[in-house]
Amino acid sequence: MSTPPLLEMRGICKRFPGVVALDGVCLTVGQGEVLSLCGENGAGKSTLMKILGGVYQPEEGELLVDGKPVKINNVTDAIKLGIGFIHQELNVLENLDIAANVFLGREPLISPFKLINRKKIHADTVPLLKRLGLNLPTDKRLGELPIAQQQMVEIAKALSLNARILIMDEPTSSLTLTETDCLLDLIAELRKQGVSIIYISHRLGEVDRCSDRVEILRDGKNAGALTRAEINHDNIVSKMVGREIKCVYTPSGARVTHKFFKVRNVKSSRFPNQKVSFDAARGEILGFAGLVGAGRSEMMKAICGLDENGAAEVTLGDEALVIRKSADAIGHGIFLVPENRREEGLVTGMSVRENTTLPSLSTYSTAGLIQKGRETKVANEQIASLRIKTPHAETLVRNLSGGNQQKVVIGKWLAMGPKVLILDEPTRGIDVGAKAEIYKLMRELAASGAVILMISSDMEEVLHVSDRVAVMHEGQITGILDRADCSEKNVMQLAVGRSVSVSKPAFS
Amino acid sequence: MKKELGIFSLLIVLCVVTASINPRFLSTTNLTNMANLIGLFGVFSIGLGLVIITGGIDLSVGSMFALCGVLLPIALTKWELAWPLAASLVIALPMALGWVHGVLITRMKMQPFIVTLCGLMIYRGAARFIANDSTLGFGAGKGFETLRSISSGKLLGVPMPFVILVVIGLIMWVLLHRSIYGRYLLAVGRNEEAARFSGINTRRVITGSYVIAGLLTGVSGIMLAFYTNSVSPSNYGNSYELYAIAAAVLGGCSLRGGEGSIIGIIIGTALLQVLQNLVNLLGIPSSLNFAVMGTVVLLGVMADQLLQRRAAAKLDAS
Repeated sequence: MSTPPLLEMRGICKRFPGVVALDGVCLTVGQGEVLSLCGENGAGKSTLMKILGGVYQPEEGELLVDGKPVKINNVTDAIKLGIGFIHQELNVLENLDIAANVFLGREPLISPFKLINRKKIHADTVPLLKRLGLNLPTDKRLGELPIAQQQMVEIAKALSLNARILIMDEPTSSLTLTETDCLLDLIAELRKQGVSIIYISHRLGEVDRCSDRVEILRDGKNAGALTRAEINHDNIVSKMVGREIKCVYTPSGARVTHKFFKVRNVKSSRFPNQKVSFDAARGEILGFAGLVGAGRSEMMKAICGLDENGAAEVTLGDEALVIRKSADAIGHGIFLVPENRREEGLVTGMSVRENTTLPSLSTYSTAGLIQKGRETKVANEQIASLRIKTPHAETLVRNLSGGNQQKVVIGKWLAMGPKVLILDEPTRGIDVGAKAEIYKLMRELAASGAVILMISSDMEEVLHVSDRVAVMHEGQITGILDRADCSEKNVMQLAVGRSVSVSKPAFS
Repeated sequence: MKKELGIFSLLIVLCVVTASINPRFLSTTNLTNMANLIGLFGVFSIGLGLVIITGGIDLSVGSMFALCGVLLPIALTKWELAWPLAASLVIALPMALGWVHGVLITRMKMQPFIVTLCGLMIYRGAARFIANDSTLGFGAGKGFETLRSISSGKLLGVPMPFVILVVIGLIMWVLLHRSIYGRYLLAVGRNEEAARFSGINTRRVITGSYVIAGLLTGVSGIMLAFYTNSVSPSNYGNSYELYAIAAAVLGGCSLRGGEGSIIGIIIGTALLQVLQNLVNLLGIPSSLNFAVMGTVVLLGVMADQLLQRRAAAKLDAS
């Protein structure tokens, strides 16, 4: 019998309240193999890797390393088994030097005062850096290094812990092209040295270049595997899509005014060299799909004057708008329901009433003094019409559920009569019932003559709600799909940066 | 409101205890004197409280007093300016400095602690230099009796600083608890990002709080100068900002920002003054003055933490 694979995961199941994140997933990784893990947003890639890294515990399933069953109860266990995790957000301390970062938490000490043996950690770091082909002094502070090299230091740290399997979660998302190239070369080099790598990336070109094998997840299940010879864009995408989408799109029937909201040359601080343009109609819901990190939220913030280094030319109806700060956008009736409602959408320590009236206080005031009665009236109207479940208008928003918090954010804009309402992941973390209500609300608002832009990373939601779908990739709109062409496959193709024949230019 | 009630009962208890041990506490002289001090300290404590509500801090208040205290006698006796002009000057100066602090904090993104710590040192140095490090007074100067009586006189037997505190307290209560600006102040202090997303000009709101703090410092500065009648710039107003911070925190302001009330700050100020008075009247060595105050602030904040934790646990349980 041949030697068992280095790592085997069998029948892994993981449930979160309300969702089955993983349902009997299997995965094997051989020694010195580069396995890419692909799938849409929410397919279960990160959850699976967090189980491997000891962050989550599976409800069912087995983990075998070298053919022996193991239990990974925490991150330390994972490290002991030789599993290293390079997260998308780096875990480095920018104020310490390279050697200190590599040996953080396990510094060799010198008696009698238990001081750090600085000589040793620097000496031991040198061969690690050499192994990665990194020519840097070990006393360089991390903060002075570019992201790509900070990432190398994390890899060095993992290797110093004798990692045999390196998990890389979107490692190239903030690297330049040349840096990406270097990383892919390094992966090939590590593979030669016998290190196994699990590579997660939305960029199929990279997957194509570096993998020995590709495993595809869909809806928390294995959706197929590709051998080296079978790896190409079409094969990957066709396995990523094809989930059962249960929802049915109901056409709005609203009267639409095309090219009512024109956006030209949006520049955001995240993609300063891209200029994005699109048109949206009055009465429609324009969905914005794309993989996480495609620059959708950043673009919307730039449109709303929330990005100090951003810029956008915006025309509403026939009026060209000057939007330099958030108040300008709000003044013109362009409102944003942000992705992070607790950080950006709400002052959670304030009441429903205070949150509802915050952006439009002057309408509830006489001579600069707030008329609380008028505030309460409007807050109660929103509570009633959005069916916000709250004891009363004076309840602190902090004490409401996620769905009701989101309704408060939406309510504060509805009270001001939106012309353009931008919703960024409007139903994330919200239960099914509230979701349906929010969809209905968006539809009613569009029918009443507003422009609705909705960013969503949930394919089901995008196809369910949108009249048209704009798809973004790497800070650009790769295409806009008319309702008839809105299919999961078309969206996915555009999201990974390929073109589809039916897509329209962003504006004409 | 609960918080204010708690500290108000503490204030009452302290008054009753002191009065029952030493009846002189209730004598007109003592009460008048205490009202005077509460007025002097209360006015600028409210200003500092507003800054604390934005999540900031102002350490330069004491040194601004030195600067105002030096400038006022010079303007009145040396330059012989008309008193309304001199008073405006003395109030405008700390307002301008507060504006500079606000701009440095919001535009240059500097930390309030650092900006105002540097202010603390710069203004103290400037005051000593201007006064040539010597004590200044109003001497036999004439023409500003009105200003003197406004600042340190009495109205129906009540010392003017206390009257001014009541007036300013009312105005500031309306500002913080009833006006748009006050709501913005609380919103910015709680969650600056969400406030910005709601279209609030957060920089202007924060800078405004430092300017108002400057205004109230200037008003206190004039009253203080007439109260002491002479100003020795090397230690005049020294560490007064700490009294104000202590009063604000006792009164329910959180240094994290977003919380606080005018009533609370005033009661906090009163509590600190009663404590000092108590130390004097009960024959406790006055060297222990600061230690007593520190202990009470510490216990007060500790009790508040415990109560909050219990309330949170109750909420979880329900």
